[in-house]
Amino acid sequence: MHLIVENLTCVRGGRTLFADLSFRLASGESLRLQGPNGSGKTSLLRILAGFLELDSGTVRVDGVENDADIGEQCHYVGHLNGVKSTLTVGENLEFWCSYLPGTEINTALDRFALGDLQDIPAGMLSAGQRRRLGLARLLVADRPIWFLDEPTVSLDTGSCRIFAELVEAHIGAGGMVIAATHVPLGVEFQKSITLGKMAGADQ
Amino acid sequence: MKEFMSLVRRDLLLSWREGGAIGTALGFYLIVVAILPLGLGPDLNLLSRIAPGVLWVALLLAALLSVDRIFHNDYEDGTLEALALGPLPLEAITAAKCLAHWISTGIPLTLTAPVLGLLLNLDAQAFAVLVLTMLVGTPAVSFIGAIGAALTLGLRRGGLLLSLLVLPLYIPILIFGVSSVSAVISGPSSFTASFLILCALSMASIVLAPLACAAALKLNLQ
Repeated sequence: MHLIVENLTCVRGGRTLFADLSFRLASGESLRLQGPNGSGKTSLLRILAGFLELDSGTVRVDGVENDADIGEQCHYVGHLNGVKSTLTVGENLEFWCSYLPGTEINTALDRFALGDLQDIPAGMLSAGQRRRLGLARLLVADRPIWFLDEPTVSLDTGSCRIFAELVEAHIGAGGMVIAATHVPLGVEFQKSITLGKMAGADQ
Repeated sequence: MKEFMSLVRRDLLLSWREGGAIGTALGFYLIVVAILPLGLGPDLNLLSRIAPGVLWVALLLAALLSVDRIFHNDYEDGTLEALALGPLPLEAITAAKCLAHWISTGIPLTLTAPVLGLLLNLDAQAFAVLVLTMLVGTPAVSFIGAIGAALTLGLRRGGLLLSLLVLPLYIPILIFGVSSVSAVISGPSSFTASFLILCALSMASIVLAPLACAAALKLNLQ
């Protein structure tokens, strides 16, 4: 399966963030988005995930059975965690498991070291623990494309390493990862795009 | 369908855990209806004549208090984005959330109404009809309210704007809700005609409001 992006242009607030951006990503490939603040990394990810309207260009996925649209093929982890503070850690994941739908939550709980916190309301977690809970959604439902926007914010070094292993495992298993990040994730990315050069963003 | 039900269940669980929304709505309903006789004086005939109208207006205002929560919390914490990437279209997500809002707010308010009817000396034969009309009318309250909630999602202090947008849209529900109760008490108009129009309003809003909400949510997710 391929993710094909052609001639993408993004205009936000009257400013062109990027123009004529094209790339293609095959299964098992990863892409790192770089660029200064405001260069359009988040906008690009949101366009790919289908939240933002396209100004021009196309985004498509080929080689998918029964024409599922990209939204159902991808996970988007943005600045917000999507965690309900009044539900427990286990209830949060169980909801995603039945909604997305996923298979089971135990792997996700184990890999993100959330097993001991399973019965604690998510509102009592620290910022890093909440982030882990937000990321755990990636493992609850198996989807080929991961869009990650600064995924390791507020994670400690141990969790960052575990997360890097998960990303590599996902790529190794034929998934795709597009990550916007300033800090090195500890993952070897095959491709890289630097935004902001043509747009005259703050250097 | 499984996903739809799991979303409804989650919203009900959340409103139960958070508790505040329905508590506030019920408390507000009680207070508004309770202070009215204090302002109008102890004229039982007057009270029983205006009871259906007062109960309906207060119910709309009370429901309005919790309508903005339909989407707001999920929008703030990023859950709405993840929901949008699920298997349900935004229309179905909206419908599930409105259904949960109706169950958690519309039904409790409806069941409180006859108790408050006692305070207003509501005519004895009107109690059953009052509950019936409210049961039929409150889904429209949730679904139409959700349009306002979706439109004002990104705004800070959107609550007041929400009331301005939504209350005018509640007018038909109010008119036909009250007139079907009044028809039973005093006549001469027909109960059936008003009641059927109320049913039609409710069904139309259940079908059309999710389309409007989905369009508004799509804009707010940009």
